[in-house]
Amino acid sequence: MIAIDLVQSTAEMLMKKAAIEIPDDYLTGLKAAAAAEDGDLSSFVLEAMLENYEAAKEDSRAMCGDTGCPRWYVKMGNEARIDGGPIALEAALRRATATATSTVPLRPNRVHPLWRTDHDNNVGIGAPEIEYGFEPGGDWVDLITVHKGGLFGTDYRMLFPSDGIQGIKRFFLDSLVAFGKRGLACQPAIIGIGLGGSKDACMVLGKRAACLRIVGDRNPDPKIAELEDELKALGNNIGMGAMGFVGKSMVIDCNIEVGYCHTGGMQMSVHAFCLSSRRAVARIYGDGRVEYRTDPDWFTDYQRRETVEWPQAQTKSD
Amino acid sequence: MAAGPNKIRLSTNPTDAAIAALQIGDIVYLDGTIYTAREGVYMRVVEDGVDLPIDLPAVSAANFHCSPAATQHEDGSFALGAVTATASFRFSKWIGRWLAKSGAKLIIGKGGMSPEDYRDHFVPNGAIYLTTVGYGTGALLGRGVKQVRELHWKKELGLAQAMWVIEVENFGPFIVECDHKGNSLFERENAKIAANLDAAYAGTKPAVLKRFGETDDRKDEMI
Repeated sequence: MIAIDLVQSTAEMLMKKAAIEIPDDYLTGLKAAAAAEDGDLSSFVLEAMLENYEAAKEDSRAMCGDTGCPRWYVKMGNEARIDGGPIALEAALRRATATATSTVPLRPNRVHPLWRTDHDNNVGIGAPEIEYGFEPGGDWVDLITVHKGGLFGTDYRMLFPSDGIQGIKRFFLDSLVAFGKRGLACQPAIIGIGLGGSKDACMVLGKRAACLRIVGDRNPDPKIAELEDELKALGNNIGMGAMGFVGKSMVIDCNIEVGYCHTGGMQMSVHAFCLSSRRAVARIYGDGRVEYRTDPDWFTDYQRRETVEWPQAQTKSD
Repeated sequence: MAAGPNKIRLSTNPTDAAIAALQIGDIVYLDGTIYTAREGVYMRVVEDGVDLPIDLPAVSAANFHCSPAATQHEDGSFALGAVTATASFRFSKWIGRWLAKSGAKLIIGKGGMSPEDYRDHFVPNGAIYLTTVGYGTGALLGRGVKQVRELHWKKELGLAQAMWVIEVENFGPFIVECDHKGNSLFERENAKIAANLDAAYAGTKPAVLKRFGETDDRKDEMI
């Protein structure tokens, strides 16, 4: 049984880590981009960002003043049991979000869309979002928090099979150019692409591709992996860099996730994470151990399964 | 990095001469007092006609488009971590009346504003635009904050939209996006990048299903 107090204290720690510590995979990717960048203004911007990560860590203050919209991804091993059940779990995550907003502090970004009511704690109707996934076996729960910035760098388009790869590339470039101007997308970023599903599923896939996969990760389908490399190169060949200045750093990495879709369509979504790539992960075990990491490891073989049955799901693991 | 751009320390109540000396692409660090004001404050002052809670521009001529990652404790003291700008183009409808009313000479934000805003509102009011870097160097900017001096309209507007008055030292970096003549760094860079776009798009094709209002002229601004 996983204690609910441990869930809440771990969640509070994750809120802080996400806001303050740049994940290693993104940092390594950004350093490589900074080394390759030759636009003088773009280079200045990337160097300033590298300095900013150091300052955030040294001072234990948020990397960016816009601390994004905190959300939670919860993945449970099939054997995990949480004290108080899912209702207690959700309460703990909402409490941790509110508490961390004042203790870190984070910006209280969340308001009512019409009345602009601000509870000053990032909690409200539908906020924070809590999404779930499950894995065969395991008496653990993974808590993943992502604090993605909210306003720019995301788009959706209904494409069709006849649009093909060249249509995918076109929409990819359109999204990067449109949101890259003046740096609104806070590039260079991890770009997530969702392909297929339905409109809502496609948006979810693309967002998760951007936020729940790390730099250097590749889709297990070799042809999709090839397309990830190709799109990354394409984005970095626009001639645009950080803040929309002349340069060649737009994409730190490109991650594609797919879902089966209607036979006549080929939905596509594009999501730019940002220069602060706020994500933090912890696995809490039934015996009380907590392991922190920065790789959400969300897209397992089980999450991407395409068959009716899944053999490992049949046997209960100990 | 080569020699890199010019770096300049600037007062938050700068002289006309100090403003005229700045060129687009210069890096600026501020000393003095800044205040935050965005749509909440603009609507309250410009549309509702509520009196300003502080003496502007005497207290400060530097308006930051920002909501800080900050909180006010129950004893009234403040904790402020990181500060970063929010995108300014959304405030276009108020900026002319705001500049006239507030006497602001420095608008600090994210992403700049349109050439028309610069021509019609900034240049006549002797104001320039500074953009944050990144975005965003929130922790570096947080280091430049000496103290929060006042917080106005917290109850009326909430923490994010309230007017924060903040004392700063060596607060930056910022980049001069619009100079006193209305020249824009983003416009200049966009024009250079546009020259390469056809090559970057080579081989791709437009979607078979168009969308209403779609522009295919990638030289167009999106704001």
